[in-house]
Amino acid sequence: MTDHILEMRDITKTFPGVKALQDVTLEVERGEIHAICGENGAGKSTLMKVLSGVYPFGTYEGDIVFEGEHAKFHSINDSEAKGIVIIHQELALIPFLSVAENIFLGNERRGRGGLVDWNKTNVEAAKLLERVGLHENPTTPVGLLGVGKQQLIEIAKALSKEVKLLILDEPTAALNDQDSAHLLGLLRQLKEHGITSIMISHKLNEIADIADSTTIIRDGRTIETIDMRDPGSTQDRIIKGMVGRDLEHRYPERTPQIGEEVLRVEDWTVHHPTQVGRVMVDNASFNVRAGEVVGIAGLMGAGRTELAMSIFGHSYGRDISGRVYKNGEEVKTHTVADCIANGIAYATEDRKTYGLNLIEDVKRNISAAGLHKLSSRGWVNGNEELKVAEEYRSSLNIKTPHVLVPAGKLSGGNQQKVVLSKWIYTDPDVLILDEPTRGIDVGAKYEIYTIINRLVAEGKAVIVISSELPELLGICDRIYTLAFGRITGQVPVAEATQEKLMELMTKEKEQVR
Amino acid sequence: MSVVASIKELFTTNLQRSGIYLAFVAIVVFFAVRTNGLSLGPENLTNLVLQYSYILILAIGMVMVIIAGHIDLSVGSVVALVGAVSAIFVVRQGQPWWVGMIAGLIVGALIGAWQGFWVAYVGIPAFIVTLAGMLLFRGLTGLVLNNLSLGPFNKPYTLIASGFSNGLLGGNGYDVFTLVVFAIVAVAYAWSQWRARKARLAYNQSVQPLALLVLQVVVVSAIIMWFAWQISHDRGLPVVLIILAVLIIAYTLVTQKSVFGRHVYALGGNKTAAALSGVKVRRINFGVMLNMGVLAGVAGLVFSARSNAAQPGAGNMFELDAIAACFIGGAAVTGGVGTVPGAMVGGLIMAVMSNGMQLLGMETSPQQVVKGLVLLLAVAFDVWNKRRSGAVR
Repeated sequence: MTDHILEMRDITKTFPGVKALQDVTLEVERGEIHAICGENGAGKSTLMKVLSGVYPFGTYEGDIVFEGEHAKFHSINDSEAKGIVIIHQELALIPFLSVAENIFLGNERRGRGGLVDWNKTNVEAAKLLERVGLHENPTTPVGLLGVGKQQLIEIAKALSKEVKLLILDEPTAALNDQDSAHLLGLLRQLKEHGITSIMISHKLNEIADIADSTTIIRDGRTIETIDMRDPGSTQDRIIKGMVGRDLEHRYPERTPQIGEEVLRVEDWTVHHPTQVGRVMVDNASFNVRAGEVVGIAGLMGAGRTELAMSIFGHSYGRDISGRVYKNGEEVKTHTVADCIANGIAYATEDRKTYGLNLIEDVKRNISAAGLHKLSSRGWVNGNEELKVAEEYRSSLNIKTPHVLVPAGKLSGGNQQKVVLSKWIYTDPDVLILDEPTRGIDVGAKYEIYTIINRLVAEGKAVIVISSELPELLGICDRIYTLAFGRITGQVPVAEATQEKLMELMTKEKEQVR
Repeated sequence: MSVVASIKELFTTNLQRSGIYLAFVAIVVFFAVRTNGLSLGPENLTNLVLQYSYILILAIGMVMVIIAGHIDLSVGSVVALVGAVSAIFVVRQGQPWWVGMIAGLIVGALIGAWQGFWVAYVGIPAFIVTLAGMLLFRGLTGLVLNNLSLGPFNKPYTLIASGFSNGLLGGNGYDVFTLVVFAIVAVAYAWSQWRARKARLAYNQSVQPLALLVLQVVVVSAIIMWFAWQISHDRGLPVVLIILAVLIIAYTLVTQKSVFGRHVYALGGNKTAAALSGVKVRRINFGVMLNMGVLAGVAGLVFSARSNAAQPGAGNMFELDAIAACFIGGAAVTGGVGTVPGAMVGGLIMAVMSNGMQLLGMETSPQQVVKGLVLLLAVAFDVWNKRRSGAVR
């Protein structure tokens, strides 16, 4: 019988209205590197939060057996005490503190009288840095180091806690090839020292390279666990497992009537706003025609939102280069006002943070981007504004008793309709919709698709960014795939399959010919 | 949709929205009883207007700063510096009153632009910029005044703070002109309420029952006319009340009906969403700080005229009274929430309390204790009320 360090049995986790995990089973052998694969929203991160005690014992159903004991973690401290350490995708280091201070944060090396023993701290930190192969002074502030090195410091921090099971969430998503290779080498080395790792990753060739077994999660359920030493365990098999669901939502019918090109973007390159030299969008070119719905498919971190936001008023990134053509003529998109004037609209992902003023009423949210149409000499016509808001409330079927309700009180689907109203009212020729249906129910999704169809029927061009492949296949005419900041393919919907798209979405640099 | 809202709905929503007005009424009644009506007498009401007008003027600008998500700690020092500059022109150089006033307003605008530059274009938090300004402008006041009081102003200058328009239409122990002006105000109020109701009906919005509207108009008009009757028995209509009324009406319109005002709310409510909707964030931030500077200039002129001198220590702690007025009046520290009328009621609550406690012969120290507690409890009540009504966030 194999020696399992961890068994998670029939884990079910329910959020109000959503079953995030359903009877998920995960068995991890001692001393292996175990990969977890799945689409965005499949439940991988939720599962890891259950395991590490972020969702405490009692808020989920099922059993966790760690090292032969039933684990009842009430907080992250409980799981760390047992030797489970999770390293999140967003690194949790404090940039102004030194490497050594970060490593021992919350776990300080103390000397006499409970004061921090700095010699001990720095000497032990240096030893840990040696173990992870990082040649830096322990007193250097973390903020001066690159992401790759920061990732290694996180691992050193985990080692300082006597880690037995190390969980890494997308550890290489932000790293370049060299740093990734180093990190993967380190994981192998830790394995030789008996440390078990669980790695969540979208990079299938890395998984094929390093993992001993892979568990695939889809729609909150375990699909299968594959032994990677088995020759049949190819990347194709993983892809099939990740996407192999039936189209569960229906999409409204539409006969495409595609006209002239409306928007073309050429050689668009964007750098990270704070990390110097990190390229977020690399030489992207694409176009969209009147009456066409174009999809942009990409996994988390592929640069989808960065691409859209950098075009829309240069709202993201620095050192932006490239050209935008509207109806064949080059246009400026340096400010949001430029874009609105040129008939380009962008409905953001995460409507609560970027799209809406939640404390303001529906009416004022709808008019926010188009106030210039409602005002003369700087004074807003309040009655006209109310009329416009009421028109959108009925035409987009926004469910609210009246338009003076704060936007924050609406459901997700209705909030999304408010965001769409706001942008449709600016009278755009091109609408970029970033994750327009994330977190909303099936009925509201159908309504959003219907609105998209109505827009293209009016001759507008629509770009939909989504991580749900069936959605893109259901509503688009053409789909671009984005991987690690590069456009890796362009597929007419008739030729597209989920497997084909997923392959292009996980394609790395050296594979791009 | 029910066109006429139900009484219950009206009661609950109005209670949430008008808790502050009820508190104001309660405080007024409390002090009226304790002082045997003295606090509502003609002389005291007039004094109340003269004494607290400059705080209210500051609160108008401050509430916009707070809605935009900032704070301004420097207004007290700006009041002092504006008064000082104005006094140098009028008192030391003997220039006409209006030269001093224009110079004072220009100084206010320049200070506003200076602070707006640092806040909006350099991106330093307003707390820091105006904390620096508080020291800077207080210090400059001392320098230009050589740390000495400078006065008195000439007669026309002092009229803006302590002048009265009276006797224009004669009267028997009361000023008919004051009564006529207030009657016009009451009629204008009734007419605007009626028009708003008609517009809402035309757009098929829910309105309150007609009887309730009539009741509201009658009650408000009665209060207006009673106030007019009282002050007409004293010295008539204070000039500063006219200035204050014009500012309140103008800025209520600006905040509620202008594109600029709407952008201020959008910015304070969600800066990112506002920027992504085409709001020119820097320009709005600059405008809000500039405006605060100008209004601090107006307050500085009124205060120097009332003191009949420019003093190095003028306006000390005014910023705190103005900020307290905004928060008592329902503004949120996080920005995006607040109204000019709310801030005015907040300011009046502070004014009525200070004045009432003075009438009762309380010393300054216990007065401060009470004011501090009222500020804390008012905001706590607001937080509790929002949580109870299940508001967002």
